[in-house]
Amino acid sequence: MKKGLTWFNITSIVLGFAFLYIPILLLVIYSFNDSRLVTVWGGFSTRWYWSLLQNEQLMDAAWVTVRIAFFSSLVATVLGTMAALTLTRYGRFPGRTLFSGMIYAPLVMPEVITGLSLLLLFVAVNFDRGFWTVLLAHITFTMCFVAVVVQSRLVTFDRALEEAALDLGCPPFKTFFKITLPLILPAVVSGFMLAFTLSLDDLVIASFTTGPGATTLPMRIYSQVRLGVTPEINAVCSILIAIVTVVVIIASVMTKRAENIRQAEERAAMQ
Amino acid sequence: MAADKARKETIGAVRRSFAPWTDPTKTPLIRFENVVKRFGDFTAVDHVSLDIYEREFFALLGPSGCGKTTLMRMLAGFEEPSEGRLTLAGEDLAGVPPYRRPVNMMFQSYALFPHMNVQDNIAFGLKQDKMSKGEIDARVEEMLKLVKLEKFAKRKPHQLSGGQRQRVALARSLAKRPKVLLLDEPLGALDKKLREETQFELMDLQMDLGMTFLIVTHDQEEAMTVADRIAVMNQGVLVQVAPPSVIYEQPATRYVADFIGEVNLIEGTITTAGHDETHISSPVTRFPLVVAQGVDCKAGDKACIAIRPEKLRIALEPPADQTENLFEGEIWDIGYLGDLSIYHVELACGQRIKVSQPNLSRMVARPISWDDKVWVTFAPHAGVVLT
Repeated sequence: MKKGLTWFNITSIVLGFAFLYIPILLLVIYSFNDSRLVTVWGGFSTRWYWSLLQNEQLMDAAWVTVRIAFFSSLVATVLGTMAALTLTRYGRFPGRTLFSGMIYAPLVMPEVITGLSLLLLFVAVNFDRGFWTVLLAHITFTMCFVAVVVQSRLVTFDRALEEAALDLGCPPFKTFFKITLPLILPAVVSGFMLAFTLSLDDLVIASFTTGPGATTLPMRIYSQVRLGVTPEINAVCSILIAIVTVVVIIASVMTKRAENIRQAEERAAMQ
Repeated sequence: MAADKARKETIGAVRRSFAPWTDPTKTPLIRFENVVKRFGDFTAVDHVSLDIYEREFFALLGPSGCGKTTLMRMLAGFEEPSEGRLTLAGEDLAGVPPYRRPVNMMFQSYALFPHMNVQDNIAFGLKQDKMSKGEIDARVEEMLKLVKLEKFAKRKPHQLSGGQRQRVALARSLAKRPKVLLLDEPLGALDKKLREETQFELMDLQMDLGMTFLIVTHDQEEAMTVADRIAVMNQGVLVQVAPPSVIYEQPATRYVADFIGEVNLIEGTITTAGHDETHISSPVTRFPLVVAQGVDCKAGDKACIAIRPEKLRIALEPPADQTENLFEGEIWDIGYLGDLSIYHVELACGQRIKVSQPNLSRMVARPISWDDKVWVTFAPHAGVVLT
């Protein structure tokens, strides 16, 4: 078989990446456009980044988004980790299949349905919509992602490590924090970061569950764009892209490194 | 040298006379009383009663899935018996969680904490006991010295060789000076030579520390080497509990005879059942068979004689004036192992028996060769009658 790049391969790679990244690249380039007109290049400038800081509406929305993303992913990480522990540890309990199915259902559930059902719930229990409802909604839909990430780590976790700790006189609760958690921490952190980015760029579920005074950044951007794209929007989107990229890279590097260490240890254990 | 000699003499004296299980005044340290463990429909441990005494090196031996690990895990507290009672030094262990039991376990996978260095691994159990920092440091040092790993205190487990990790695991499980040390296939991951060395180290260690060791293994040689007594298990049941020499020389059942070492089983019918002698006639040979052992049977009962290959003698000529315990056959195959040769002899009826002979003289060409007609004999006290 012929190795290396053929013309066909090169063309498909170029086309594929172009399809994925030209729009984003265009957006980032135009965020440095000096002109007020979004589509006309007027020279390089960072003025829109500065004017962004003066735009209170956008800054408010950004602050709401970051707070929601942080707290929802924090809670989702705790709950998701607990769900993953239960699913891997307690082999057979009544309703296990149902429980694991229910954990994973939100992964494939259309966001519109998740958002709508949460909205109906909040209306039904007469919960004032706003910051807290978006927070709850985001916990709900990001939790399952954390559970999946943590569970994939726990499957390869050697239970004998926990038994050894118990055997040496360490009570179960302490064993979790001394042994289990440090060892699965890379997976827990990746889960947290995944939840954070998901919450950061969610539009649909937030739109359904939000109320007065709790407009998230994606919602603000969406509503502004309908009135016309401003260069500020380009700037804020570039920042969002930067944050998400950094977080995703950190998460994947951490997972990869933890995986490498684990494999090295397993290889060593085989000798 | 003098100290070595003195030590050797004391160890010899202790090992020669150590047999608390024969002394009815001794109370056992560990008692399994009719212990049953079920996992769903599967009975892993079936009505096991077993006494283990202080300072004993006790081995649980059996094939995988025979329940030996489950029995050990019940003692460690990872499994609760479904029925029966388990006591340690007179105290009922029911409901006592693993972290409150005065036993420690060395795991088959070693289960070293990968995020802690050797020192912290060993200190882990001590820290749970609220010992002072000075005491912990002293004990860790002592343990490192005991397993000869002083130079590796700051290493992480993945920076150690298999043998070193095995020793860290041992040091960690010994650090709390448990009443009983449980060893779950402790040497399974080591290569043969290192395993043999470590077996003797374990024995010395157990002797020096005066602790009770309970080892689980599927390796019969390992069990024979290290243990004072062996319990042979099969399908959740204790088949025989005895010192290694009794297990080997006087197996209680065909299963034990077959599981421990090599054995030839000769089926037959009892012709006379004497007080200290049993005569058997077997279809595999026209000569009568005699074993110097009385059995609780009567003439006409089916029985079988178990004879180890090394207790059979092989010759090209029929031995003069011997009319008992004789087999006639043909060499089927020869295995030359250097120190011994194993002869597979096919008898007239088609059954093959194994005979092993030490190669006492230096001869490149052995007198017995393929397809030779041979005679196999054994002494009356060489075999065991199993019913």
